[in-house]
Amino acid sequence: MPDATFLDSTELVLNMGPQHPSTHGVLRVILKLDGEKILGTECVIGYLHRGVEKIAENRTFAQFNPYVDRMDYVAAISNGLGYCLAVEKMLNIEAPPRAQVVRVILTEMNRIASHLLWLGTHALDIGAITPVFYCLREREEALKIFEKYCGARLTTHAFRIGGLLYETYDGFEQDVLAFCDWFLPKVDEYEELLTNNRIWVGRLKNVGVLTADECKEYGVTGPVLRAAGVKWDLRKVQPYSGYEKYDFEIPTRQNGDTYDRYLVRMEEMRQSVRIMRQAVAAIPEGPIMGKVGKVIKPAIGEAYVSIEAPKGELGYYIVSDGATQPYRVRVRPPSFVNLQALDRMVRGGLVADIVAVIGTLDIVLGEVDR
Amino acid sequence: MADEQKPEGSPPPQSADAEPPKPEQKPAAPAAPKAAPPAKPAAPAAGGHAAPPKPPATMAATPWTSDLAKELKERFTDRIIETSTYLGQNFIVAKPDSVIPVLEYLKLEADFDYLVDVTAVDWPKRAERFDVVYILYSFARNERVRVKTYIAEGYKPETAVTVHLAANWLEREVFDMFGIEFAGHPDMRRILLPEEWQGHPLRKDYSIIQQDQTWVRENLEIESGQ
Repeated sequence: MPDATFLDSTELVLNMGPQHPSTHGVLRVILKLDGEKILGTECVIGYLHRGVEKIAENRTFAQFNPYVDRMDYVAAISNGLGYCLAVEKMLNIEAPPRAQVVRVILTEMNRIASHLLWLGTHALDIGAITPVFYCLREREEALKIFEKYCGARLTTHAFRIGGLLYETYDGFEQDVLAFCDWFLPKVDEYEELLTNNRIWVGRLKNVGVLTADECKEYGVTGPVLRAAGVKWDLRKVQPYSGYEKYDFEIPTRQNGDTYDRYLVRMEEMRQSVRIMRQAVAAIPEGPIMGKVGKVIKPAIGEAYVSIEAPKGELGYYIVSDGATQPYRVRVRPPSFVNLQALDRMVRGGLVADIVAVIGTLDIVLGEVDR
Repeated sequence: MADEQKPEGSPPPQSADAEPPKPEQKPAAPAAPKAAPPAKPAAPAAGGHAAPPKPPATMAATPWTSDLAKELKERFTDRIIETSTYLGQNFIVAKPDSVIPVLEYLKLEADFDYLVDVTAVDWPKRAERFDVVYILYSFARNERVRVKTYIAEGYKPETAVTVHLAANWLEREVFDMFGIEFAGHPDMRRILLPEEWQGHPLRKDYSIIQQDQTWVRENLEIESGQ
């Protein structure tokens, strides 16, 4: 809370949120302003805190699986993948090859869906109304494929510890390929609307700059780090689920501003399409579920497993005491850690910039608060 | 699966107590016939009461031998309790007052420049009640390492904010959830729960349905949060 001394001067304390359309959820930011200039910010979070980590200690390993979908609910499949991989690591097993490829397809499609929601709402915040309709239209097609695969659109619970519960439906490959063919030109369409748009460029260039060193210092990962010039993506540096088999690029930019982060995410969507096409062509035959007992009971020990979620490094630190319920599950949420850098990014900028910066951080408050 | 569940709030270290001594017991077992297994856990538990084995020590970890582990041991000598590997993941156990020097050394001398996470684990039966865990990553080495320390309740570990700025909110969350205060932290307040909230939910003695009734009554004007 800002102390009363703020009011003694010409400085102004302005409360933004928690019910503000451009905070993308229930985020409250207390702004300390001098005219239009931001002197400092303070984030107040926790409005969506549900005690996910406490719940984990009171559920079995399998029972906790659906809960992770509710953290970053626009990228539920990524959350599920990270959790399943972490428990599989504890059990020292691996999902069968077929399950791994299907996982990759769905996870990449979820990355696209997540980035589309980011693009639509980010553009809306900046004042461009059109992109959100386009983005949600395209996202809808991805959600339809999720629905056809597992019956749910948003909180999918698509994966199980050890592999998959559901075999792919008839025509899954065709649906994915049709989506890829149809979606790729749409990315160019968005870029036509925005990339050289004077208002868009004017609002985003040199706004919310975070350099590579600052990113590392704050633990900021994902597109924000890559826009600062660090070619780092867990899918490449520590591949999981067979990502080493796919040919794709890690897009990077140099300036670390909001505009570069926009370009990085646009390119990531194209790369995701590239991965999906290769994966569909390489779906092997075989079982979809590994050898997992009915009762999941990892040996005493601990492990930290992380994946490249659409927002950055999503990690699970699991401690087992040899029981059927985890002793401790710690979620390392990318949104929470990235949000910490908000103050550094907007300090000294204009009050209108904070809307752009919150948008470009691509936070989901369900994951910040857990 | 349901019958396998442990009753809510059951003290997990118990099972940790029971499991590890099994191999040691085996040579003696031939003398005791089949009836022995149920009795086994009771015997070592009784013997182990004076000094309960530390649960993490029962992890089937193997010693971590690398140049870095050797360097650390040479430099910090007995202030590093353990350097181990489990499931291919390396971790260091340091004495509570040496964690910050170790983090600093790892950052400056070994390129572990990214603090991934700070968290804690509660072992209420243990003398040193909490594990505080720092997960580090090095971009240059593409390698992870965990630095752990065991602290007693009330002990105030030094903050890592002086080494990694990322520790700021992460340590606030540990304080919020476990009540571990970090000495020298610039802003040691709760982060997710309301500031006036009583209790630290991720402690094992905090029941899953427990809440701060007074806070709920005063702020939400209802009797129960459900």
